Amino acid sequence: MMHADPNCVLTGTHFMNGDAACCEGAIAAGARFAAGYPITPSTEVVERFAARVPKIGGIFIQMEDELAASITLQGMVWAGAKSFTVTSGPGYSLMMEHIGFAAMTETPCVFVNVQRGGPSTGLPTLPAQGDMMQARFGSHGDYSTISLVPNSPQECFSLTVKAFNLAEKFRVPVMFMMDECVGHMTEKVVIPDAKEIEVTPRRHASKPPSEFLLFEPGEELVPEMAHAGEGYKVYVTGLTHDKRGYPLMNPASQKELIPRLFEKISRAADELTIVESEGLEDADVVVVSYGITSRVAQRAIEMARAKGLKVGKLRLICVWPFPEKLIRELAPKVKALVMPELNMGQVVIELERCAGGQCKVISVPHPGGTVHKPADILAAIERGAQ
Amino acid sequence: MSTTADLHIHNPVEDVLRKERIPTIWCPGCGIGTTVNSFAAALLGQDIDLKKTAIVSGIGCSGRVSGYMALDSFHTTHGRAIPFATGLKLANPELNVIVYSGDGDLTSIGGNHLIHAARRNMDIMVVCVNNMIYAMTGGQAAATTPGNSITTTSPFGSFEPEICLPQLVDAAGAVFVARWTAYHVKQLERTMAKALKKKGFRFIEVLTPCPTLYQRRNNMGDGLAAMVDYKNRSKIRNGAPTYEVALEPGGEIVVGEFVDREREDYLTRMRRQLGTNYSELPPQPEEEEQEGCCSSC
Amino acid sequence: MLKEIRIAGFGGQGVILSAHILGRAVSIHEGGFATMTQNYGPEARGGAASAALVISDQPVLFPYVSNPDILVVMSQEAFTRYTPELKEGGVLIVEEDLVRMENVPQHIKVYSIPATRFAEELGKKMVLNVVMVGFFCAITEAVSYDACRKAVIDSVPEKFQKLNLDAFENGYGFGKNLLAKGPSKEEDTEPVSVLESAS
Ligand SMILES: Cc1ncc(C[n+]2csc(CCOP(=O)(O)OP(=O)(O)O)c2C)c(N)n1
Ligand code: SF4
Ligand SMILES: [Mg+2]
Repeated sequence: MMHADPNCVLTGTHFMNGDAACCEGAIAAGARFAAGYPITPSTEVVERFAARVPKIGGIFIQMEDELAASITLQGMVWAGAKSFTVTSGPGYSLMMEHIGFAAMTETPCVFVNVQRGGPSTGLPTLPAQGDMMQARFGSHGDYSTISLVPNSPQECFSLTVKAFNLAEKFRVPVMFMMDECVGHMTEKVVIPDAKEIEVTPRRHASKPPSEFLLFEPGEELVPEMAHAGEGYKVYVTGLTHDKRGYPLMNPASQKELIPRLFEKISRAADELTIVESEGLEDADVVVVSYGITSRVAQRAIEMARAKGLKVGKLRLICVWPFPEKLIRELAPKVKALVMPELNMGQVVIELERCAGGQCKVISVPHPGGTVHKPADILAAIERGAQ
Repeated sequence: MSTTADLHIHNPVEDVLRKERIPTIWCPGCGIGTTVNSFAAALLGQDIDLKKTAIVSGIGCSGRVSGYMALDSFHTTHGRAIPFATGLKLANPELNVIVYSGDGDLTSIGGNHLIHAARRNMDIMVVCVNNMIYAMTGGQAAATTPGNSITTTSPFGSFEPEICLPQLVDAAGAVFVARWTAYHVKQLERTMAKALKKKGFRFIEVLTPCPTLYQRRNNMGDGLAAMVDYKNRSKIRNGAPTYEVALEPGGEIVVGEFVDREREDYLTRMRRQLGTNYSELPPQPEEEEQEGCCSSC
Repeated sequence: MLKEIRIAGFGGQGVILSAHILGRAVSIHEGGFATMTQNYGPEARGGAASAALVISDQPVLFPYVSNPDILVVMSQEAFTRYTPELKEGGVLIVEEDLVRMENVPQHIKVYSIPATRFAEELGKKMVLNVVMVGFFCAITEAVSYDACRKAVIDSVPEKFQKLNLDAFENGYGFGKNLLAKGPSKEEDTEPVSVLESAS
């Protein structure tokens, strides 16, 4: 296990916003390179990065658009760096093709999306959670990836580190799904000692070039990686490829590759069930939420408990992969699952699927622009408890 | 190493090709392979560390070049070879980074990246295989298609004006701009060799025949006929102002090295301008911190 | 105890920094919880600036402030826009030279300070916001003097520390004196504003 570089980590107690904390998390995780394109409300992340990294051997480049940024970062990764990009709404849409490229080429990297109201230009300065399905399915073709959702500036730090670590471990693009509220909110952020920050190193080729196959599934079905300039003559393509990385376009090679890209994540379902829960044991109603909405939901839960209702809390920190097993176990034990989201009902579709008709599933949609009124969530809890 | 005596004559360029991937996907008479020969020879003629050389392509027939070179090969997405190459170069400045792709890829869908990489003077070399058509997808009109050509999307003849690539990249700031045709294999090799050694954004346009989808449809004969045509129509004018090199249907093809100038490349300028704000390494503590025993004991 | 605070004025007055200092004071130096949000939208372009701060001894769940317990205004526009949102029984803190108070709602307590003049006396109009922070600290006691002072120190560059601490002390001292006299509410005690006397 490696640790963060003490010369680069901003250890201490800070009062900073989520965007700044995300930047510090990326630096702590070992990112020294990033490519981006300005867009509200995410720009502060790269503005800070641009000021921080030249002094520690890094480079931020502002590209001509998000199409460029989302692939430049992958060039950086294949040259040996840890890298990421940061965007919002329209920019995220432009990045979709390259999220698929990263999934296909198993390029470990992080895409930060500070979600704002949409569709289109929507609400540039106000929060939403409308890109959750896009995070899961946005690029064409079928792939699996990981999405983490922070609910505070503190988590913007710690979960950004985690996002980079998971990206390295599974060799996938990890979606870091912030929102405008969390990104622009300022709170206490404690950045620990570098010694306490675990950093997952790259799974680097352990064999010499003559014996090495770039896409041979290794431990945990994840291949090892060699970089440009190391003498491995890597061959990386977005086409369906064989273990050497060579294009091999037929149903058999598709069948060998694509299910593995899913399985390397699905077999780690337990590790990737990252949730915060409380009072599930005897709950009649469980409020399932993620991101900023989970804080508002917490208030509604407290209001409901004050009224004598038995309400549990389940906060999804990792939304994709969805904690399917957990929901399947929970659903038969409760009367209802209530899911508030700052969208018209996205992740609730998955919740409903996993609940499998074993309990009521109540969506509390919200078009975004602000957060829910706790009273609206409370009303749904009350309906669920009946 | 093979111990059997080589029966076939060893072609030196094979050393930089992924032999196991040959035959290529290219049609007989296609000009792409010809340019690759020149490129391979140029690579070998230099004291370039091939282990530190990466080749990046987008998508297209020409986009397959990266996959036949025994270098670090990256076959990226349509139009985005240049930004990928930019990332490679920034994160490892020791790499020689070459982008090798098609006209549609580099100048249409990827046109914005072309302009900006030239503007930044990113230290990469770009080879644009200009077959004046979108070949991979079956022969649609491109921004480079000469006026009045028949393509699958311009069945009555194209009527959009074509882009002049040398002029574009010159204006955007490239330090080296050249054009040859697939007929000029030796000149192309020499120009490529020269460009490989130069720092900054280098752009080489190579006109190549696509007999299958362009020549044939426009009654221009096969690959060989194209060579004859290039030979007859081309005129070498090194140093020609790039505003004079636009291609006219049936007109003169001005070839040669048009631009060769010095300009600080991206990383050099970045380092100079950042001055003390840039350091290759994070500040190191004065003394090695004494590592205590592990926290779990 | 949860308290919702809004600080509003115009851009360049250091509105955000003053909320930052208070948030730091509570969450870092007092061990409490503070969540600060600010307006970014088009309204933040036209020169208006506003920050909201929720402070509590418990983690803050709901991040936004719609009806503050305490409102600090440093511009006429901020006064007009936000005063109606103040909770009943809430505290209104006013930069008296920049705001002419009209239609002050019933059942609120008003405290005003010529903070700009204090700042100018110190030679830097820029520290107006820190004068307000000192005044806020004295009047509301929502944040302790020590925590606030520490937060001022770590929020400003070292060479401006003394200046800012002086500004803080001036605001604080003025607040404490005023408290001894009681709030300045009620029509008859309406503070004289420079703007008004000039018109
Ligand atoms: C985003 C996207 N749009 C369209 C395509 C389809 N496509 C593949 S290759 C190509 C054109 C290639 O033309 P060019 O770059 O000139 O290469 P050539 O095949 O002529 O060598 C197109 C349009 C694609 N792969 N990706
Ligand atoms: S279609 Fe044209 S460009 Fe493609 S391989 Fe055939 S001849 Fe070459
Ligand atoms: Mg072409």
